Amino acid sequence: MYEILVKKELAPSVKLFEVAAPQIARKAQAGQFVILRVDAEGERVPLTIADFNRETGSITIIFQEVGASTKLLGQLEVGDALHDFVGPLGQPTHVENFGTVVCVGGGIGIAPVYPIARAMKEAGNKVISIIGARSKDILIYEEEMASVSDELIITTDDGTKGRKALVTEPLKELLDGSAPVNLVVAIGPVIMMKFVAETTRPYGVHTVASLNPIMVDGTGMCGGCRVAVGKENKFACVDGPEFDAHLVDFDNLMARQRMYKRQEKDHSDHCEGGSCKCQSH
Amino acid sequence: MSISLKKHPMPEQDPKVRAGNFEEVALGYTAELATAEAARCLQCKAAPCRQGCPVEIDIPAFIAQLKEGDPAGAIRTIQQVNSLPAVCGRVCPQEDQCEKYCVLAKKGEAVAIGRLERYAADLAREQGGEDPVSVVREDAPKVAVIGSGPAGLSVAGDLAKKGFRVTVFEALHLPGGVLMYGIPQFRLPKEVVQAEIDVLRKLGVQFEVNAVIGRTFTVDELLEEEGFDAAFIGTGAGLPYFMGIEGENLNGVYSANEFLTRCNLMKAYQFPTSGTPIHVGEKVAVVGGGNVAMDAARTALRLGAEKVYIVYRRSDKELPARLEEIHHAKEEGIDFQFLTAPLAVEGKDGWVSGLTCIRMELGEPDDSGRRRPVEVPGSDFTLDVDTVIIAIGQGPNPLVQSTTKGMETNRKGNIVADEQTGATTKPGVFAGGDIVTGAATVILAMGAGKKAAVAIADYLNEKTKK
Ligand SMILES: Cc1cc2nc3c(=O)[nH]c(=O)nc-3n(C[C@H](O)[C@H](O)[C@H](O)COP(=O)(O)OP(=O)(O)OC[C@H]3O[C@@H](n4cnc5c(N)ncnc54)[C@H](O)[C@@H]3O)c2cc1C
Ligand SMILES: Cc1cc2nc3c(=O)[nH]c(=O)nc-3n(C[C@H](O)[C@H](O)[C@H](O)COP(=O)(O)OP(=O)(O)OC[C@H]3O[C@@H](n4cnc5c(N)ncnc54)[C@H](O)[C@@H]3O)c2cc1C
Ligand code: SF4
Ligand code: FES
Repeated sequence: MYEILVKKELAPSVKLFEVAAPQIARKAQAGQFVILRVDAEGERVPLTIADFNRETGSITIIFQEVGASTKLLGQLEVGDALHDFVGPLGQPTHVENFGTVVCVGGGIGIAPVYPIARAMKEAGNKVISIIGARSKDILIYEEEMASVSDELIITTDDGTKGRKALVTEPLKELLDGSAPVNLVVAIGPVIMMKFVAETTRPYGVHTVASLNPIMVDGTGMCGGCRVAVGKENKFACVDGPEFDAHLVDFDNLMARQRMYKRQEKDHSDHCEGGSCKCQSH
Repeated sequence: MSISLKKHPMPEQDPKVRAGNFEEVALGYTAELATAEAARCLQCKAAPCRQGCPVEIDIPAFIAQLKEGDPAGAIRTIQQVNSLPAVCGRVCPQEDQCEKYCVLAKKGEAVAIGRLERYAADLAREQGGEDPVSVVREDAPKVAVIGSGPAGLSVAGDLAKKGFRVTVFEALHLPGGVLMYGIPQFRLPKEVVQAEIDVLRKLGVQFEVNAVIGRTFTVDELLEEEGFDAAFIGTGAGLPYFMGIEGENLNGVYSANEFLTRCNLMKAYQFPTSGTPIHVGEKVAVVGGGNVAMDAARTALRLGAEKVYIVYRRSDKELPARLEEIHHAKEEGIDFQFLTAPLAVEGKDGWVSGLTCIRMELGEPDDSGRRRPVEVPGSDFTLDVDTVIIAIGQGPNPLVQSTTKGMETNRKGNIVADEQTGATTKPGVFAGGDIVTGAATVILAMGAGKKAAVAIADYLNEKTKK
């Protein structure tokens, strides 16, 4: 059983769990993810490994409650256990001393960019982080990001914290600046990653995005997570989740993420209507 | 007394009724039918049927026991060599195996060996009977079995019966491999698979689910750090192929693996009581002609599709699926488009709106000896469908191979293993089933598992002697 050791609410509907999973903690590396199921009838939900502790044998996950499965997950408390927890899945981030690395995290994407920023820092890079959110109350992981970055730039859409801007604005300034940027890593909403890729493209700066297509098994068996990268189809769960952002077909990814929009909505309505027999609330 | 030239027919659910439910289609022989069918067997001395069975069940012996009213004896005979009789009795392509060689097949229909095997297994399960007793020794060598499909299960069962400690590692949250996630409930009830796995548990086999080898542990770690003395790899052919045609990434295009996994393993047919959704349009095209294609088509029908096509580029004579499944699919109203190949998936607003195909004709034989389909110029047309399921085959999943040092693979990515022993080029590591042969059958995977179990036992006995 995978017990929840720590639970924190980072922002409204954004929660952090530390989960006991020693076998996964032993192997986890920045850039990888887990798949969990809340209960025996649950969906397989992929979440990035936001942190890991090899001593205590725990994995940190940070998730946003968006639909039925993540809402149900959010209702669990310390001492409760997850039914299934499998990983570490996917390819670890390629980490080496590139020089200057800009880590861009948007919304909930700040959590998964954190272990990458930390690993980049440990590898001797100069790390400049840009983190952005719609508004101040949903900005997460500010201190953690500050602790692993040489420079931290904060943006909010509404200007309640940091600069009133999108993350691409300070990114463009860095690219225009005199100091070279050797690598950009972007994790966040697909639309954000797409615009980060468009921002860096003219500068020819290698840019990596961590993709989050809909997944089922996470082991390369179903093909549901396929994404168009360059002329090829790749399976994000085994070939990724990180890819060269300049080659990714982000529009197709966005379309495919919407595949179950209608069903998910019916499901949420059905649960909130109180007629739900599927879960224990 | 003259022997009937025909098999006793299998009682089945009415096609119109069953197309709307997930209950098993074939209901199984009654005691009377089983005894009467068993009486058709001539008890041939040479028993040609046996040469067609990859695990060499003593077929005339178990049929004689059924005829004499000793089903318990019959199942004991079968279980000596086959740990999954209720599964094999349901899904083996008997017409190409034992029944093909039956002497009765020359004049009429073979003895219904598969149905009799199923009858014996089901009766034994329903009547409970004695639990198997574990003979696993606490100080015995440890074997890691990677993958819990029929290959892995048969290795595990045979080694546990010899007293070895066996742990089966499975990436998914339920053991069974394709038997659980691929083959649908209406053909192979999941309770049947579970019951056969429970027997293995009672024999002392340990199961560790949610363990992706290559990620959670590598094979080298299992052998060097986790204390295993040998490993068997039975990870199957799970990597779905796509056609590489225009429109394949539109919403509404599935691999058969994803479609079937959502339905079987994740119980999407119970959504929203279960958490996993599935999209089934009104009109569905399934591309392919094997068991996987039949299963996907019949599943789509049961999930509420109004029209389901099978699009197959050769003729009905070449269909690789089991005869019974083709027959069942036709009865249920699946529309077969033979000699037809897809050219492109058409889309509207990001969703499938049609499948453009071209008619084919059979030309000269190719390497496989089958006549090669060639396009008929100008014959293209568009099927009006909103879902496309691709079932054109699967390849080896590379996860284990790419993370295991010193183990050879072939050009296609399959593991190179000795046909007789399953030994790979890495000492102490054996492999079998679809990961070695490419997508094949349940019984061939089990046969490979059996041979490997013998070789692994020899290897371990040799090793402990030293
Ligand atoms: C490799 C990977 C890492 C991820 N890491 C994180 C993370 O660290 N934190 C986090 O909050 N989320 C992460 N996600 C997204 C997360 O998996 C989805 O938000 C979650 O599955 C939604 O489940 P739900 O049932 O609550 O919502 P649903 O009701 O299923 O869906 C809500 C919306 O999300 C879309 N959706 C459904 N499943 C997925 C999915 N697997 N990926 C993306 N969108 C989906 C639906 O189309 C719908 O629009 C990650 C996804 C992947 C593939
Ligand atoms: C839909 C469908 C219908 C079929 N119908 C029939 C039929 O009617 N009759 C018939 O004889 N055959 C049929 N087959 C073929 C048959 O099921 C296969 O040949 C057989 O299951 C192969 O067995 P296996 O043990 O080699 O692998 P599989 O059954 O594929 O099992 C492999 C297991 O290994 C696990 N695994 C993979 N990678 C890892 C990893 N890295 N770590 C841990 N675990 C891992 C997988 O999750 C899976 O559970 C069908 C196949 C499909 C897909
Ligand atoms: S070949 Fe047919 S008739 Fe002869 S023993 Fe086998 S099953 Fe019976
Ligand atoms: S999630 Fe199934 S192949 Fe990637």
